[in-house]
Amino acid sequence: MYEDLKSHMEEFFKRGIRFDGRKFDEYRKISVETGISKSAEGSARVKIGETDVMAGVKFEIGKPYPDSPNEGTIMVGAELLPLSNPEFEPGPPSIRAVELARVVDRGIRESKVLDFEKLCIKEGEQCWIVTIDVMTINVDGNLFDAAALAAMIALKEARIPKVEDGRVDYHELTKEKLPLSKKDPVSVTVCKIGNTYIVDPTNEEESVVDSRLTVATTKEGLICAMQKGGVDPLSADDIDKMVELAAKKCDELRVHIK
Amino acid sequence: MSRPDKRKVDETRPIEAKVGIIPRADGSAMFKIGQTVAYAAVYGPRSLFPRFLKNPEKGILRCYYNMMPFSGCGERIRPGGSRRSKEISMVTENALSSVVDLRDFPNTVVDVFIEMPQTDAGTRCAGICAASMALADAGISMKEMVAAVAVGLVNGKPVVDLSKEEEDLEGAVDVPVAVLPRSKEVVLLQLDGEIKPESLKEAIKMGIEAAQKINEIQKETLKQKYKGE
Amino acid sequence: MGNTIVNDKDLVVPGEELAKGMDFLPGKGTYRDGENIVASIVGIINIDGRTMKIIPLAGKYIPKRNDTIVGQVKDILMSGWIIDTGSAYDAVLNVKDASSDFIEKGADLTQYFNFGEYIVAKIVNVTSQNLIDITMRGPGLHKLTHGRVIKINTNKVPRVIGKQGSMVSMIKQATGCRITVGQNGLVWLQGEPEKEIIAVSTIKMIEKNAHKTGLTETIKAFLEKETGVKVSAEMPEPNNGVEKHE
Repeated sequence: MYEDLKSHMEEFFKRGIRFDGRKFDEYRKISVETGISKSAEGSARVKIGETDVMAGVKFEIGKPYPDSPNEGTIMVGAELLPLSNPEFEPGPPSIRAVELARVVDRGIRESKVLDFEKLCIKEGEQCWIVTIDVMTINVDGNLFDAAALAAMIALKEARIPKVEDGRVDYHELTKEKLPLSKKDPVSVTVCKIGNTYIVDPTNEEESVVDSRLTVATTKEGLICAMQKGGVDPLSADDIDKMVELAAKKCDELRVHIK
Repeated sequence: MSRPDKRKVDETRPIEAKVGIIPRADGSAMFKIGQTVAYAAVYGPRSLFPRFLKNPEKGILRCYYNMMPFSGCGERIRPGGSRRSKEISMVTENALSSVVDLRDFPNTVVDVFIEMPQTDAGTRCAGICAASMALADAGISMKEMVAAVAVGLVNGKPVVDLSKEEEDLEGAVDVPVAVLPRSKEVVLLQLDGEIKPESLKEAIKMGIEAAQKINEIQKETLKQKYKGE
Repeated sequence: MGNTIVNDKDLVVPGEELAKGMDFLPGKGTYRDGENIVASIVGIINIDGRTMKIIPLAGKYIPKRNDTIVGQVKDILMSGWIIDTGSAYDAVLNVKDASSDFIEKGADLTQYFNFGEYIVAKIVNVTSQNLIDITMRGPGLHKLTHGRVIKINTNKVPRVIGKQGSMVSMIKQATGCRITVGQNGLVWLQGEPEKEIIAVSTIKMIEKNAHKTGLTETIKAFLEKETGVKVSAEMPEPNNGVEKHE
C-alpha cells in the first residue's frame, strides 16, 4: 500500500501539487505563542498546520565541566508525549525522541547563538545550566522544524531568575534575558519522495518519505548543523538541491524569531 | 481574615476550559484554574496488549498523569514520572472508573493521558476535570463527568481551591476531592495536614458545592464545541 | 405523568437530566437514575414514542452487521487477513470469504491483499465479544488500488452519503472522482489531482457543517463554483456511497 500511496502522490507531484494542494516548497500555516507556561523561565508554543509543540526553558545552577571552568551550558530534552499521537507509548524516550532532542540541540549549540562563557557565574564553581524541553501536543508531521523553532523562541524569551545567597529564587525573574547574539538559528527539513523534494511533510507524506535532510542555518547564511534521516541514499546533487531549498526556507521561518 | 488574593472562602480561581484541542486524539480537553493548566487526551477504546490485562467482561480504563519538566513552581522536574505521579495516576483512574461504562467494549482499553504545562496547586483536581471532559468528547459512555477541586484549611478557615501560596502557609491543610455532581458522592479524597473533624466536614461540603459549579462549566464547554457540529 | 426536561433534537452531554418519572424508557445513550432518565453520551435527543434515546455526535465506529466498510490490511495469517476497521476491534477476513475465485490452500495471500492495502468489505457478523467477520464476496466489494483514503467522523457518514446517495453523487458528478464511503468513516477517493482536492475539501465541509440546514444547497453551490459543473441533487438510481467496480 505504501507503494500505492506513494505512486498516487507522485501523480500529484507531476502536477506540481501535494494532497492538500500545497506546492512543494510551501509551509502550512505557522502560529507562534510565547509565555505559554508561567512556571517556565521562558516558553513558546509553535503550530505548523496541525502539528503543535510546546517548549519551556528552566535555569539551574551547576558546576562547570572541568575542561571548561568558565563556561555554562545548555541541554535540550524532547518528549514524544503519548497525548499527542496514538502511536506513542508511555515510557522512556524512544530513539525518535532522542534524535529529535539531539538535532534541535545541535542546531542551537553549533550556531553559537549563546556564548557559554556568558553563563559563568563563578569560574570553576558555579555556572548556569539552561535546559530547553520540547513537548509534543499534536503530531501531524514535521516535528523537527516545529521543535527547533519553539526551542529557539523559548530561549529568546527566557528571563534569568534572581539569585540570592547562591540559590535560585524561581518566583522572581529578573528583567535580564539571555545574552543571545543575533544569529537566530532556524531549522528546515527537506524530504525526498521519489524524485521530488518537499518541505513541511504531513504524517501521511512522512510515511512515504525515502530520506530527509534537516539543515540549520544562521542569519548570516552559514550552515551550522545537519542531519540526514531515512534509509535511502542521497546523491551529491540531491544534497546540493536540498540544502539550497532549506536555506531559502530558513530565511522565511526566521521572521518568527522576533 | 482574607485570602492572599482576596477571594471569598467558597470562591474558586477563574476557570477556562476547552474541548477538542488535540486533533489526533479521540477526545481531548484543556482545563485551567487560576494558574494551573491541565491537558488531557483520550485514545480508545482500542486494542489492549499484553493479553493478561484484557478483561473479557468490559474495557479497562488506564490513566497516566505527568508534569512537564518546566511546569513546576521551582526547579526543573526530571522527566520520567515519579512516585507521586504514579500515585496520582492511580487515584485519577479510580475516580474516573466509577463513571465510565465500558461493558460494550470487552478486551479493549481506554487510555487517558494528562499533562501539565503549568502548575499552581490543585493539579490532580485540574487533571481530573480535564480528563472527564476529554472522555465525554471521545464519545465514551459515562454516568456523568467527574468534577474535582482542592479544598482545605487556610488561616484556620475552610476554603475552596487553594493556590500554591495558600498551600505553603503555616498550618494550611490540603484536601483534594473529586465528586460525582448528581449524587454528591466522593470518588477521590486525600488529605495533607492537621484538621479537626468538624472543619473537615465543612470543607468537604464546600468542595461538593464547588465541584457542582465546576461541572456546569464542564457541560457548557462541551456544548460550545458540539453546538457548532 | 412524566416530564421531559429536554426537547427532541436538543444537544445534551453526559450527566444531563432528560426526563423525570417512569413514563419514558431509557433508550441508547441514556440510563435510568432512580426516577429520572439521564444522558450518558454527547449527542442529540431523539424522542421515539415513549423511548428517549440519543444520537451520538462523537465516538468511534461501532461495527454492525451488513455495514459496508473500508478497511486496511493489518496482518496476514495462514487462513486469512486481519483488517483494521478504525473501530476498537479488528475484523477477520477468511480465505473462503475473500474472493469469488477459488484460492488454493497454501497460496501466497499477499498476492491477494497485502499489508497496508485497503479493501471494501461487508460485515457479516459481530459476535458478543465483538469479533467481526467480513466478506469480500458480493457486488461492490473488492480491493481499492491507487487513490487515497481520508478519515471522517463516523457519525457524519450519513450526511456525506446523503439521502439515497444524493450528496456523494453530487460530488462525483462535479469532480469526476470515484468515491467509496465506508460506514466506518474511511472514505476512498480517486481522480485527477485538482479534482480530488476539491472532493476532499467538499467532504470535509460536509463533515464540519453536518448540522446546518440547507447543506445540500450550500454544497451544490460550492461544487458548481469550484468545478464549473452544474450538478443535480436528484439520483437516477440510489446507491449507498459505494463505488461500483466491474
